[in-house]
Amino acid sequence: MRIPFEGAIDCDVHVSVPSVSAIVPYLDEYWLERVRVQQLERLDLSLTSYPPTAPLSGRPDWRPQQGPPGCNLALLQQEALDKFGLRYAILNCLWGSQALFAEDMSAAFCRAVNDWIATEWLDKDTRLRASIMVPMQNADLAVAEIERRAGDSRFVQVLVLAGLDTLLGRRVNWPVLRAAEAHGLPIAIHAGSAYRHPPSAGGWPSYLLEDYVSNTQLFAAQLGSLVSEGAFSKFPELTVVLAESGVTWLPAFAWKFNKTWRGVRTEVPWVTKPPFDVIRDHVKLTLQPADAPADPQALRDVIEQIGSDEMLLFSSDFPHWQFDGEDVLPNGLGDEQLRKILIDNPLATYSRLKEAVA
Amino acid sequence: MAKRYVVAKLGEIAPGTSKLVNVDGKEIGVFNVGGAFYALLSKCPHKGAELCKGKIVRRVASDEPGQYAVIPDSEMIRCPWHGWQYDLRTGQSWCDSDNVALRKYAVSVETGEGLLEGPFVAESYAVSVDESYVLVEI
Amino acid sequence: MSTLLEPLPPLPKTRLSVVDCDIHPTLTSEAEFLPYLPARWREHMQTYRRHVRQGLHGTLTHPRMQVNRIDAVPTKGGPPGSDVNFMRTHHLDQNGVEWGLLQALQPSGSAERNLEFGAALCSANNDWQIAEWIDKEPRLRGAIQVTQEDPQAAVREIERRASDRRFVQVSLSPRAQEPLGRSRYWPIYEACERNNLPLGLHVPGFGSGYASTPGGWPTFYLEEHQTFAYVIMGVFTSMVLEGVFERYPKLKLVLVEGGFAWVPALCWRLDKHWERMRSEVPHLKRPPSEYIRENIWYTTQPMEEPERPEDLTKLIDWIGWDRLLFSTDYPHWDFDDPKTVFNVRMTPEHRRMIFSENAKSVYRLP
Repeated sequence: MRIPFEGAIDCDVHVSVPSVSAIVPYLDEYWLERVRVQQLERLDLSLTSYPPTAPLSGRPDWRPQQGPPGCNLALLQQEALDKFGLRYAILNCLWGSQALFAEDMSAAFCRAVNDWIATEWLDKDTRLRASIMVPMQNADLAVAEIERRAGDSRFVQVLVLAGLDTLLGRRVNWPVLRAAEAHGLPIAIHAGSAYRHPPSAGGWPSYLLEDYVSNTQLFAAQLGSLVSEGAFSKFPELTVVLAESGVTWLPAFAWKFNKTWRGVRTEVPWVTKPPFDVIRDHVKLTLQPADAPADPQALRDVIEQIGSDEMLLFSSDFPHWQFDGEDVLPNGLGDEQLRKILIDNPLATYSRLKEAVA
Repeated sequence: MAKRYVVAKLGEIAPGTSKLVNVDGKEIGVFNVGGAFYALLSKCPHKGAELCKGKIVRRVASDEPGQYAVIPDSEMIRCPWHGWQYDLRTGQSWCDSDNVALRKYAVSVETGEGLLEGPFVAESYAVSVDESYVLVEI
Repeated sequence: MSTLLEPLPPLPKTRLSVVDCDIHPTLTSEAEFLPYLPARWREHMQTYRRHVRQGLHGTLTHPRMQVNRIDAVPTKGGPPGSDVNFMRTHHLDQNGVEWGLLQALQPSGSAERNLEFGAALCSANNDWQIAEWIDKEPRLRGAIQVTQEDPQAAVREIERRASDRRFVQVSLSPRAQEPLGRSRYWPIYEACERNNLPLGLHVPGFGSGYASTPGGWPTFYLEEHQTFAYVIMGVFTSMVLEGVFERYPKLKLVLVEGGFAWVPALCWRLDKHWERMRSEVPHLKRPPSEYIRENIWYTTQPMEEPERPEDLTKLIDWIGWDRLLFSTDYPHWDFDDPKTVFNVRMTPEHRRMIFSENAKSVYRLP
């Protein structure tokens, strides 16, 4: 189904770093020296989760002539901003700095990418907003990058890959949660992995398709961690956005979570209400993909089971190939829900969207 | 009409322990909590387990993650199956207090003298006027 | 008037007739098991113990809040689940169990790093099931435990037991070194299919050594308990996408204690993304959900508890009333009692299917 009116806010759009060369201008003197010594511009930091040539990574009619899907501003403007009549689109950059082991290198690259996004994208189209890439390998360095960006209100969110070294709720990560909360920035957990751990406790799957489908377990584990560790009671203003998660997996996971919690409350006495209610208070999900069959009743049922009108955030996942033509809205959304999903919920989630660009 | 049943001699249920009895076809747990007696239906509202065969535990509260405080005088019975916990004094469930509570019964302690005189004659016990007895009202 | 205190009446004989697809027999002590091992491995066990992929030797690194039902301790003592006589009256008679399928998880050879020792443990476990349980209680049936990491040894053990109808399925660890759909495990599936033995996978507390979530290790048992479903979902996805059911169309897979509420959404997800990426898996001739609807069954315990009971009915409508197999997980703490397990109305036919007929069909029980 097409978007029936103008002004929607797209909460998950992808921009790709075409090569390390693109961000070299934003590196400091030391890292420029490393470029010379190590020939860093030859590195390909595209993620194993999203090989640029794989079908999911770019819809055929959204692929630029040159470079990976998502590296072309004109295409983004034409095919998403204009075509979907968007008021804003939030850029999530999926790139390999979070997969490197060297913390300082990761921090330098994240900083350079964020500078590149500001200059090459945000400066060029006032409809664009962005998430802050952070080096989660080191919480202090991640906090420093958040502090550096917080003053630019076009950065509306902190971005982490769903699969990193540790689950996000762990206390070692709390400085990042604290900084995000302090600046009113949601944290987006996006599908994809640095593969520090295999996609399954039963080892390494053979296929990209299998890894992609297994993201569900990753999102579930992240919510399990955030709630059980009490991250939401420690940081009551924190919002977490699950980006590109598939949506329909949530109720089954949350019901089981509630059931187990009832029997083990003594272990986590700071979790004072059922986990599903904590999730309803603090978690949002972007819309694409909504893994549901053609029968619209299935998605309707799931949305009822999710039990909140305020959790879904419109997204196209451009340029990932989740739908064809202009069918960006899945079957099963009611008219009264559309306005919330397309506009109200994103505005409520991202308080910075209401501010004028300086 | 409510009836009262003698379920134990006073000294039989030590503080911190309980006795399972069958009264009028119902299994009931009778608990001694610091000298006061409480009686709860021994059937968990969740899935029907014999609730009063579970452990007596206490409520734990927390101001923030990593901090744990055991609440005094908060005894609860923990269901031997899925671990749902119910306040012994009130029957209130800890995990779903809005919706779930246990049936509780009034408990009294009477001397043998009182039991012999009134209509409440204990037939199962050789009631002695020097002893006291625990009664449950159904 | 005060009333005589009556002794607790005997529990009424139930009119239920169920097949319980997940019962856990337990050792009274290690001494009970040792005679089933050959001398060489008896000594090994007593000296080197089991060598597994977790930091603690004798305890799970996320200790369970509770392992067993507190009220399942046998009258004569010993741990819950260790006395066949007590199990008979406390569970089988009381709950109308017509057939009880054993998942003898301990001691398991499937997680043992010393593969020869693992094979010996599995074989001894299988002998123990026969002698201490199945021969003593005719309603019980066993699962052939095998070491999946040594597929040749696993196949030998299956062939050794296959004609013994006291065993109705094969069991191995889904927390294996590779996702179970991978081809190195296929000789095991070939043997299962050829011998018409379902594969019944029960999630263990440890195994591969990989983190129990793809994002790292959880901190709390509350989180860890959720990971059982993640493991099963991973195996489910792997076996479908690797084409195990395309290659072995008659293989029956039973997922034990993994839940089932996740099945519809995962099927939708698989079908949807397979459409886009099917060129990566050309060996699949049909959408994933078609294999799933034909080859996979799920035991009911731990029963799913949606917030609205009618959502349970919707789930089962979608999965198929012929796909669920009742189980209790006796004597574990999150036991499901057949009398109280379902809080939704069911037609008598659906009730019979879930409690009995589906399992009899899958396991070829009379």
